[in-house]
Amino acid sequence: MDLHTVTEVISPARPGQWRPGDAWLGGGTALLGEPRPHVTRLLDLAAAGWPPITVRDDGVEIAATCTIAELADRLGRHPIVLQCCHAFLASFKIWNVATVGGNLCAALPAGPMISLSAALDGTCVLVGPDGGERRVPAAGFVTGEGTTVLRDGEFLRAIHLPSGPLGARTAYRRGSLHRHGRSAVLLIGRADPDGGMSLTVTAATRRPHVFRFLSPPSAAEVEAALETIPISGYVDDVHGRPVWRQHLTRHHARRIRAELAV
Amino acid sequence: MTIEINGTPHDRTPLPGQCLRTYLREEGCFGVKKGCDAGDCGACTVHVDGTPVHSCVYPAFRAQGRSVTTIEGLAGPSGLHPVQQSFLDAQGFQCGFCTAGMIMTTAALTDDQRADLPRSLKGNLCRCTGYRAITDAVNGGSPAVCPAEGAAVGSSLGAPAGPQVVTGTARYTFDLDVPGLLHLKVLRSPHAHARILSVDTSAALAVPGVEAVLTHKDAPDRLFSTAQHENEAEDPYDTRVLDEVVRFIGQRVAAVVATSEAAAEEGVRRLRVEYEVLPAVIDPALAMLPGAPLVHGDKGIAEGIVRANANVVGELHAGIGDVEAGFAAADAVYEATFRTPRVQHAALETHGAVGWLDDDDRLVIRSSTQTPFLTRRAVSRLFGLSRDRVRVVAGRVGGGFGGKQEMLVEDLVAMAVLRTGRPVKWEYTRSEQFTAATTRHPFVITVKAGARVDGLITALQLTVLVNTGAYGNHGASVMHHGCHETVAVYRCANIRTDAHTVYTNTVPAGAFRGYGLGQVTFAVEQVLDELARMIGMDPVTFREINVVRPGDDLTAPGAHVPDLGIASYGLDQCLDRIRAASSTTDTAPDGWLVGEGMAIAMIAAGPPGGHFADATVTLLPDGRYELAVGTAEFGNGSTTVHVQIVADELRTTPDRVLVRQSDTDVVGHDTGAFASTGVVVAGEAVLRACRALRARILAAAERGPSEIRCLTADSVAGISLATIAPLSGSGHFDGTPRSVAFNAQWFRVAVDPDTGELRILRSVHSADAGTVMNPLQLRGQIEGGVAQAIGATLAEHVDVDEAGQVTTTTFRQYHLPTVADVPETEVHFARTTDAIGPLGAKSMSESPYNPVSPALGNALRDALGFRLTDLPYTADRIWQAIQDHRP
Repeated sequence: MDLHTVTEVISPARPGQWRPGDAWLGGGTALLGEPRPHVTRLLDLAAAGWPPITVRDDGVEIAATCTIAELADRLGRHPIVLQCCHAFLASFKIWNVATVGGNLCAALPAGPMISLSAALDGTCVLVGPDGGERRVPAAGFVTGEGTTVLRDGEFLRAIHLPSGPLGARTAYRRGSLHRHGRSAVLLIGRADPDGGMSLTVTAATRRPHVFRFLSPPSAAEVEAALETIPISGYVDDVHGRPVWRQHLTRHHARRIRAELAV
Repeated sequence: MTIEINGTPHDRTPLPGQCLRTYLREEGCFGVKKGCDAGDCGACTVHVDGTPVHSCVYPAFRAQGRSVTTIEGLAGPSGLHPVQQSFLDAQGFQCGFCTAGMIMTTAALTDDQRADLPRSLKGNLCRCTGYRAITDAVNGGSPAVCPAEGAAVGSSLGAPAGPQVVTGTARYTFDLDVPGLLHLKVLRSPHAHARILSVDTSAALAVPGVEAVLTHKDAPDRLFSTAQHENEAEDPYDTRVLDEVVRFIGQRVAAVVATSEAAAEEGVRRLRVEYEVLPAVIDPALAMLPGAPLVHGDKGIAEGIVRANANVVGELHAGIGDVEAGFAAADAVYEATFRTPRVQHAALETHGAVGWLDDDDRLVIRSSTQTPFLTRRAVSRLFGLSRDRVRVVAGRVGGGFGGKQEMLVEDLVAMAVLRTGRPVKWEYTRSEQFTAATTRHPFVITVKAGARVDGLITALQLTVLVNTGAYGNHGASVMHHGCHETVAVYRCANIRTDAHTVYTNTVPAGAFRGYGLGQVTFAVEQVLDELARMIGMDPVTFREINVVRPGDDLTAPGAHVPDLGIASYGLDQCLDRIRAASSTTDTAPDGWLVGEGMAIAMIAAGPPGGHFADATVTLLPDGRYELAVGTAEFGNGSTTVHVQIVADELRTTPDRVLVRQSDTDVVGHDTGAFASTGVVVAGEAVLRACRALRARILAAAERGPSEIRCLTADSVAGISLATIAPLSGSGHFDGTPRSVAFNAQWFRVAVDPDTGELRILRSVHSADAGTVMNPLQLRGQIEGGVAQAIGATLAEHVDVDEAGQVTTTTFRQYHLPTVADVPETEVHFARTTDAIGPLGAKSMSESPYNPVSPALGNALRDALGFRLTDLPYTADRIWQAIQDHRP
């Protein structure tokens, strides 16, 4: 939709340009998807020209401005990447514009790039107003429904996915009220070559929860881990009742454990 | 930097916060539609450098230096793009508002994506078709039908507007460029009930571009109802254009008119309003209790409100026979209470209108409406203008479903035009559709019924509570209608109905496909299903024993217009189809619970108390015919049928019939395109006009009216038609007497007890529409109705919180059925010919909706072993119910 209060676009934008009333602009699909009467300037990051995917020795760096379509195209050989792309409520046409970073920054429980980044031990690279970088684990980037660790004037520059987890075997389960509807539960299990396993719970909960096991866990150990999420930690909205989300989390966790145990 | 649109460079720089959709429309690409404005519906799909995007969430500035293709640029020099052609061939549209986006998306699909349409088309919402026609189009439709002279009726002729729809050139309400246009935005109430003490407009008026601010002090001191009926007394006069008291969160408080939407919005933000907050009632069950806050305590019987001092708009307390005796005679008695939620029509074109003064200073309003003539009457009365000083027109309307049988915008647009003397546009946002349009009436229905072991229903008792929200538009009529055909379809000697429609301080409800029948049917058909179980009888046989048959009176408690009768009967054939459906088999995943269920519905072909239509057919000098008819076209397909009637009655071909419609200037009167009357009332008027003209043509050749064989597409008795043109014939129909149409629906479902997921394994619908005027189109109407009802049954609910605030305000929060959510429905037509309807046809636009929810409820009951009484049946609720019923 038209953002009528916007009077200027800074393109490309640079660190330090942010002031109150500004919004960082990635693809724009989230920003233009809701009324934003407090936004007066758009700081365009997509025009910065960051290479969408950079392969390094220790993994891949996904620019915040990498579109979902580019991600699916470049890294879709990893099943979990493609599964998370398909978890979007939004269509493939939105993939052509929406960015990985934008999905993280919107911080919706159902954001599948949050699920992916958290499940693969990703690290978020943030750039502050002075140009300085800080790094936070992707699992801790989102703090609640719509909230992140980003400070005023700070933007998400990239997500680094280490090569080990990216190449690891994963198991994926998703629940929704509708076949291709918004995720109500999105669980990812990861079996590492060293015998460890992690279980990432997203969509069902207000923020990601990652449980790590040094060796393949028993059913009871998984149950016990999930018990640490209080019922108040489950999302309560039109996309599913909290008790159902909690049940599906346990249900799918059992199946993921079983799948990865084989 | 320029933006290339369809091969032509455009130099104008977009505004900084503008989305590409708005820019493209400003540059004249009206085929790019504004549906949701939030990236959800896909109606705005265009290609940027060959890549499909949703242009409503694509920043316009980013298109600079790029090449954009819209629906207008898709066709090549040699004609339609193959996807446009296949949408035309398969008639993959109804209202057509989503079609440009569907076509642009389909044109960009890879083979892999075509193989998985549920996923590939999840970003394209269609509210009309139920998607079967669309997936047929994507997969390549069969060529369009070109009926020969006199063979149009009964053929699957395509919609006359099809070529415009698939090329993006069909003109909807806002698809026109009006120089000097002003934009209107409203401030909406944050309180469920409040008195406006003051409105400080000074800061708003100081915003550059703001031309006027309108408050209740500017509004005419006249009451009206937003509901539009031929008989105005059907609805209480409880509404003002702008009122001093606001009665729901979202009600208009003041309007700002400005040279741009941006300035109007800024003006709205700068209005300062002082409110005296008043006590509010949100829960309809509390509204009638003594001491409840009164929503319209200042009004009463004079305004058409039955008991304003108890928040009762209308009520029905009536009976036939003796229900207590009936229950005493029963071998089984079952009683349950059912609840249906608010549902949004979700027409992809929002409410809105553009108004201006024409060269004669006449007020012209172009509106997204189902009722141009009634809206003209209402506007005339409100502003003290004679009817010839007001013209109301509708372009092609982007979906209605009853939501546009309502004057929600035209009054305020008229006021703004009259105040400023300039053209004014007001277009609802998608969120305003949810918070400030109307919804389906939420019902609470208790049904108690008894039957003997031989299957005879001995008594039926209904207790119904209807929540009309803050205004009474349609509230009483929906209640009366809902309590009529639902029980009149059964021969039962003892029926008792106690029903109330009550005010609450919530978003008003309004007309919605089925007009109350769907809600009450949901309850009645489930209670009867349970009774059949109790006496050990299959549900089809149970219906066969009890349903009305030819020659029966249609009776229900209360006073009813006596013009309704069974002028054709195909319910027996419908039930045969349902019985046959049950003999099929389907496989379900291991561990899933499988169940079957059915339900029936009857609907009157037209409303009681008058529904009028005028039509004129004129023979043109070139041998073509021009049909003038009042009804609006919003995908209902009436226009197609009207053309078919003209073609056959005048022995010509459909391509030689021009249509002028939905304009108060073209005919004397038309009540409107609602109550399933497009074929049976307007169509009858068209038929009469044709026959009047035909007699004049034959007379001109000195032939009698029965010598039809003398007439061909070019000549009459050897005399060229051109030599006797122009000639006109007029027809009128007053909508009485009325027949009834029947529908039956059957489902087989499977439920995953671990997750609550429900899958429809098979869906069968049988319909008695009398003569099938256009099989493809009728099938489409039925599929669309079934799909819309599946949405209301399995997904949709407009939520209102304890304060009265609507909390579901976008399509991301309000899940409309997508391709993935709608199963294919087998559609069967009964073979009947109606004695009343034109050429034997009956209504079939609302009614396919009505048996769907109870059939699903009954199937779910069969699968689970217990009954769910509250809609919708979402997976979380089903799973919760399974937990609650565990021993």
